[in-house]
Amino acid sequence: MNIAVTGLNATDNPGPGVPVIRSLKEVKEISGNIIGLVYDPLEPGIYLENLADKCYQIPYPSSGLENLFNRISLINEIEKIDLIIPTLDSELYGFVKLQDKLRGIGIKTFLPTFEQLNIRGKDKLFDFCKENGIKVPKNILVASAQELYKIPDQFGYPVVIKGIFYEAYIANNFDEAHSAFNKLSYKWGFPIIVQEFVKGDEFNVVALGDGKGKTIGAVAMRKLYITDKGKGWSGVTIDEPNILSVSHKVIEKTKWRSGMELEFIKDSITNEYYLLEINPRFPAWVYLAPSAGQNLPYALVKLANEESVPQFDSYEIGKIFVRCSWDLITDIKIFERITVKGEN
Amino acid sequence: MADITIPKNLAVSDSGFLFLTSTGETFTLNEIGHFIFKQFQQNDSFETVKNKIAQEYEVDLNSLEKDLDDFIAQLKAYNLIETK
Repeated sequence: MNIAVTGLNATDNPGPGVPVIRSLKEVKEISGNIIGLVYDPLEPGIYLENLADKCYQIPYPSSGLENLFNRISLINEIEKIDLIIPTLDSELYGFVKLQDKLRGIGIKTFLPTFEQLNIRGKDKLFDFCKENGIKVPKNILVASAQELYKIPDQFGYPVVIKGIFYEAYIANNFDEAHSAFNKLSYKWGFPIIVQEFVKGDEFNVVALGDGKGKTIGAVAMRKLYITDKGKGWSGVTIDEPNILSVSHKVIEKTKWRSGMELEFIKDSITNEYYLLEINPRFPAWVYLAPSAGQNLPYALVKLANEESVPQFDSYEIGKIFVRCSWDLITDIKIFERITVKGEN
Repeated sequence: MADITIPKNLAVSDSGFLFLTSTGETFTLNEIGHFIFKQFQQNDSFETVKNKIAQEYEVDLNSLEKDLDDFIAQLKAYNLIETK
């Protein structure tokens, strides 16, 4: 079985492609090639030995889905891809739109529906949580700087100003909120989400839904070290039934079909967990899951193949990941091949 | 002093390293802290622990009782022990 994976950008804002491939490489049953699909010739995953068997550059979905499909079709003629696992938020809508055409050329996917993607959107999550009795920080959506004046009516500073797709800033006053609003709206568009700031520690869950409401597996983690970009640079698996049960509930209510990451914060005063975000794909720390006993990427492959997949019922507590910055030294030939030919 | 028990979600290693499995928090005990904690693990009462420390270390009983109270309050604040 040949599996293509995107998101090999293992940078300081890492994509999940490298750990997804790493998880799959550990499975003896997968005997075909792993193909890396990259957007940039300097995505570190291209240069990691024993990771992807072959890498191809693909165009960003924003350059047109027809372009993306044509490129994948061309790659498919060479590699006979059986399954594509897109791992980046920004490409998911594009791949969901392309899934029927991909199936037409023999490529499977295992993706959420548009409706599922929309429910967990940063602008919709609040309503979904309220309807389902899940604690969530208050938020308002703003489409103009003028609306930032509403903030003190809703909740006090500090607040979290979030882009519709990525990035968030903590703002302690109107000026900081205005500056964050400008940065985020320029980069990611509208609306901008203004969220109540909850002080506390961050907890995450990686989970896999079968598309029928069943959680195939879920692993909870507490971030031990967080970078200035808010990325977990190390973390430890924990046994916290409260956040695992919320994860099961989200998957049941949405009938989630794919991997997901749920981000929680534990209020340092009330000790209550608030659901901050649902990311519609595996996180960059997903390799912790197979290391703790739940190979969720491989389970996704089996689901895509319509195989029956039993639910994982436990995982090892106290398993730690520590991310590492490591210079890969390589010959310029590899960079040349991916830049000139679009493949390596 | 009420009975002291170790919560189920606390993993305690031989080196005095404590790991709260529900929150991921970790703690390190020094030698005397580890000694005291081991007595609690054996379900020793406050009085028994106090007497064992007095036998093991040269310390006046008033200071010991006060310090032990403080230490227990700290352990409780971090959810590392439960009192009934």
